[in-house]
Amino acid sequence: MHDVNASRAANAFVPLMASAVLVNAVGLHARPSVKLTQCAKGFAAKIELALAPDGPWTDAKSPVKVMRVKAPQGATLHFRVTGPDGKAALAAVLALVHDGFGEA
Amino acid sequence: MTEIHLIGRAASPGLAIGPVTMLAAAIARRTASGDPAQEAAALRAAIEGARAEIAELIKMVQGEVADILEFQVAMLEDDALADAAYEAISAGIAADHAWRSALDAEISGYRSAEDEYFRARAADIVDIRDRVLAHLSGVDTVARITGGSIVAADEITPSAFLAADWTRGGAIALAGGSPSSHVAMLARARGAPMVVGLGPLSWNGQPPALALVDGDAGTVIFDPEPETRRLFERRMAAANAALVAAEAASVAPACTADGRRISVLLNVTAPEDLAGLDPAICDGIGLVRTEFLFEASHGLPDEDTQYAVYRRILAWAKGRPVTIRTLDAGGDKPIRGLTIDGESNPFLGLRGIRLSLARPEVFRVQLRALSRAAVHGVLKVMLPMIAVPAELDRACVMLDTEFAALRAEGTACARPPLGIMIEVPAAALCAEDFDAAFYSIGSNDLTQYTMAAARDIGSVADLNDAGHPAVMALIARTVEAARERNVEVSLCGDAAADTRLTSALLATGLTSLSVAPVAVARLKAAIAKVGS
Repeated sequence: MHDVNASRAANAFVPLMASAVLVNAVGLHARPSVKLTQCAKGFAAKIELALAPDGPWTDAKSPVKVMRVKAPQGATLHFRVTGPDGKAALAAVLALVHDGFGEA
Repeated sequence: MTEIHLIGRAASPGLAIGPVTMLAAAIARRTASGDPAQEAAALRAAIEGARAEIAELIKMVQGEVADILEFQVAMLEDDALADAAYEAISAGIAADHAWRSALDAEISGYRSAEDEYFRARAADIVDIRDRVLAHLSGVDTVARITGGSIVAADEITPSAFLAADWTRGGAIALAGGSPSSHVAMLARARGAPMVVGLGPLSWNGQPPALALVDGDAGTVIFDPEPETRRLFERRMAAANAALVAAEAASVAPACTADGRRISVLLNVTAPEDLAGLDPAICDGIGLVRTEFLFEASHGLPDEDTQYAVYRRILAWAKGRPVTIRTLDAGGDKPIRGLTIDGESNPFLGLRGIRLSLARPEVFRVQLRALSRAAVHGVLKVMLPMIAVPAELDRACVMLDTEFAALRAEGTACARPPLGIMIEVPAAALCAEDFDAAFYSIGSNDLTQYTMAAARDIGSVADLNDAGHPAVMALIARTVEAARERNVEVSLCGDAAADTRLTSALLATGLTSLSVAPVAVARLKAAIAKVGS
């Protein structure tokens, strides 16, 4: 499910991309959104998500915006992460999605 | 002004008089400053006020209610929620109008969602919208019920109830509701009178200023005439005098007028119920519900967590017997990750001991924690919803196994006596067939299974009568079985605290009743009159 483009050149801020399928029962609803944004806020990197690989991109640190995406169960969530701790941030949000936000 | 008499159903006893707080959605009225900077500051303050208020509420609730409130906090903390409102304010719109239209747009976005989970979130955004509007206009919100006031509403949520200060009096008058709702239980525990099922609360013009609530008779009088109020206050004074007298006597052991000693035990829903209580008011604890542990842990509590709580309760009891009930989930008490969703009739489904036997990995943890706690006092363990002896036998084998395993590890432990709750008519009729160390009659479920009427369905609640001869016969039958087998029997459940039934219950031969701490003084006073 990962296809991390870890082709990081000298520029530390090349966006990292990956995707994961929402496996929890009700999609990215209230509790998962809160968990995801709390997790994202723990990193300095800019973290965005989208339902398609080419966007439109949504700030994953904003619960209001994440909820507006209304991602249902089975949807593929695409992440785009830019920043110094991007690799760790991407791993953390992917783990959360794979884990069904701890409520699968 | 003419007084308005409404008749409903009593949900929590007692009399109260006070100013009326309406919980109906208040229409925000406020005068805009006309200055965008001031309007933006007002909105910021209102959002922060609403956020702080919900954060306070979260401290008092658990489980799913807490999750919902945490979601609201996260939304309020996110600047994106108010972006559109601030934009409108800078264009000259008043703060309340700007906020309302921004949130209404958000709400309609949710309402039009295809997925029902997202549609359901519209209610949360409405809640957020109105709470901030209330802060903007200074209107009392749900969370700020003034202490001592009479809350009039269609319904009230447990979180709204918990947010209010009930130590200064006050009462609840509901158009809808049920005597068996969670709020009614909370109201009885806190001593707040409550009447439900009053029907539509509509007024001609002015909403009422004052109300008299009679939680014994189930009536409410809005805007009473001076004479009505004077008579009511006289009744309140008499009732208070009786209460003071009863409380003064509550550390004395309970005896009937003809000298029969009756054990009065406590029902405990959570360890906090015992805070500030003198163990001398009771002869022990007759029922510790353990569901709170499972709700608070957002999942399944581990052995050490359970052990620490059980040990603390035993320490409080100072050597008095403590009866802890194993997890009684299912029915009206769902626990995420444990109970089955979507059973066609949860009360006749996988609940109580049935669920524990179906989930042995969860049950074993509780049995181990109980065995370890048993060395710290006089602990008894009881199993809920037992129907046939095989259930007790299986639980017995599991307890023996866990006890043996702990001892083999060298862990301090004792094997507590294992008793059963008598809640299913089949168990009451065949009580003597069970190899139980004791019986504890759970009158609430016994009544609803005998009368085939749920506690929480208002339209049949009249049938749910613990005083019905059929229920009394099952209780008497259980007491008789206990006498023949020479084991103890007690009764926990709302019937024990219903002083109209005290005489009939003691007539069955019962000598042990278990009630909520708030009911101890009243029960002892009622016992003292029996046989006189």
